[in-house]
Amino acid sequence: MSSYSVAEPSGAQKLVAGALVILYACITSLPLLWIIATGFKSPSDAIAYPPKVIFEPTVEGYVNLFTTRTRMPQEQLDALGPPQTWYDKIVRKDGVIITGASRFAGRFYNSVIIGFGSTALCIVLGTAAAYAFSRFKVPFKDDLLFFILSTRMMPPIAVAIPIFLMFRQLGLSDTHAGLILLYTAVNLSLSVWLLKGFIDEIPVEYEEAALIDGYTRFQAFYKVVLPQAATGIASTAIFCLIFAWNEYAFAVLLTSGTAQTAPPFIPTIIGVSGQDWPAVAAGATIFLVPVMVFTILLRKHLLRGITFGAVRK
Amino acid sequence: MAQIRVQNLRKDFGSFSAVKSSTFTVEDGEFFMLLGPSGCGKTTTLRMMAGLELPTSGEIYIGGEEVGMKRASQRDIAFVFQMFALYPHMNVRKNISYPLVSQGMKRAEVAARVADVARILKIENILDKPVGGLSGGDRQRVALGRAIVRNPKAFLMDEPLGALDAEFREHMAEELRALHDRMGATTVYVTHDQLEAMQMGDKIVVMNHGVVEQFGRPQQIYDWPATRFVAAFIGSPPMNFLEFEGSIAAGGSQVTLGGQGVQVPVSREGLSGKLTLGARPEHTRFDEHSALRGRVLATEYLGTTQIVTVRTDHGEIKSRIPSNQHARVGETVGLSFDARTLTLFDSLTGRALLSEANEGVLGHV
Repeated sequence: MSSYSVAEPSGAQKLVAGALVILYACITSLPLLWIIATGFKSPSDAIAYPPKVIFEPTVEGYVNLFTTRTRMPQEQLDALGPPQTWYDKIVRKDGVIITGASRFAGRFYNSVIIGFGSTALCIVLGTAAAYAFSRFKVPFKDDLLFFILSTRMMPPIAVAIPIFLMFRQLGLSDTHAGLILLYTAVNLSLSVWLLKGFIDEIPVEYEEAALIDGYTRFQAFYKVVLPQAATGIASTAIFCLIFAWNEYAFAVLLTSGTAQTAPPFIPTIIGVSGQDWPAVAAGATIFLVPVMVFTILLRKHLLRGITFGAVRK
Repeated sequence: MAQIRVQNLRKDFGSFSAVKSSTFTVEDGEFFMLLGPSGCGKTTTLRMMAGLELPTSGEIYIGGEEVGMKRASQRDIAFVFQMFALYPHMNVRKNISYPLVSQGMKRAEVAARVADVARILKIENILDKPVGGLSGGDRQRVALGRAIVRNPKAFLMDEPLGALDAEFREHMAEELRALHDRMGATTVYVTHDQLEAMQMGDKIVVMNHGVVEQFGRPQQIYDWPATRFVAAFIGSPPMNFLEFEGSIAAGGSQVTLGGQGVQVPVSREGLSGKLTLGARPEHTRFDEHSALRGRVLATEYLGTTQIVTVRTDHGEIKSRIPSNQHARVGETVGLSFDARTLTLFDSLTGRALLSEANEGVLGHV
């Protein structure tokens, strides 16, 4: 059998192919696994050299991530009596006590609000605009589409200073609305172009059939076009969410307190109480979860979406 | 069910006029064909009747009511698309019941109506299947089911058999015609296939370049075309055209073609200049005594008949003669025409001249 055969591959070929895929998967997931593992190490294990692959797992990093602590002399610790809770017990070993909750939960919550908020806004506006561009006679349609695309032609951070000044003038600095607006503006061009492609692929006859069957234009859009655009909407949503979720530069520049997202917050853990790598890794691990869950939930659509339209049905 | 009347209908797309001025009437219960080559405006006309396009000017009456500017959903008509346009995210049952759901009909009644339609179309066994896996014929039946379930005033069909393969097409055409006869529903059917139009239609409108060329029963159109375009578009092989310089007087019944007199039906109008004589191949026969002579170029065997192509001084002429009649390539034969069936056209405008024979068909236009 030649290597270009279109027939079913032999057992050995499948084995080699499978082994290569697994090897590649291992290489790409190694950093991820390392971060997850570091989150469960003790601070001394985390900075051990040579690096420890086998270690005694602890949730100290997670406890440190969610709390603020203070160091106390041993006699005062003894005076406090035995630790009240399991997390008290963990930190007490190092001679510190928990003084309160850290700001991580709030920052994480900000990330969720801003990430999902801007994604939702992007999808709503993007779908409406894409539908209009795809179906209606819009004056200067091509110019408008090009203009929308052109907003992507430079790195957004290139206009950081004007945006910073604008946000300060408008009172948008350090607000949820500010970042949601900014991320929506950056992502909208992508969302309009992607969705327009998907909607173009849906034959207009379906809507016409619905119009004749007694539905209004909006009902036809809502009941016939949207279900068929679901694949495109799902994959566009994932792209938008990943961008907004991971965005760091604008978040550093435009937020400092109430609306700060997790990416600028996580590095600040270093320095508060030494180089607490397990806490940083724990933060990064938790930060990964929403996007992973979202992507896994929509992965069927995502795969179909990326290759959609590549082959004429 | 209702009569549909189209009056001076016009549709411009920018500077291009898809439909220039259409006027015709579809009687109640008629199976009506809109026939023409692609780009002639037939689909645009149908879409205007459906409300999917708005006319630039003119009126459309459905059941006596002017609907030209009304929404598609307010016209109470059903439309069958060439690509079927079944909703891909619904199964067969949901597709068929979809128009009823929009009217807010009760569930039990919807179920009863869908069952009824499924029985008529013999698709009861596929009702719960997704539409994705259906064959072309079944999709077509489901599309028809979605149209008839509502009992609309009229059915508008845009080349509904165009997406089917040839063998199945014939079968579906018969089924469609039988369904129409059973329901007595006013149907407007767009096609570019003249055989389909002749076979199925009660009446045909022939369109070309956005203009209605002729409007009438299939046989009237076949026998007495109003224009040279219709004569050429309908019939296979098309009508023979012999162009010549000459004249005919009102009341005259003879033209001179290459120095030889040819009998034609008594003309009602006179014209001199460039004329065209039109003769159907089946009305063109071999005649040893005729002065119109030519050499046989080819013969085409069609079972009971054969088509013989003869090159003459007036161009190639096709003659349909019985298969058992002798015709050999290369030999010289004489041709003559059945005088009662001939049509004279004005070569400049392509219009047929009125004669005693065709005035019954064309006189009222």
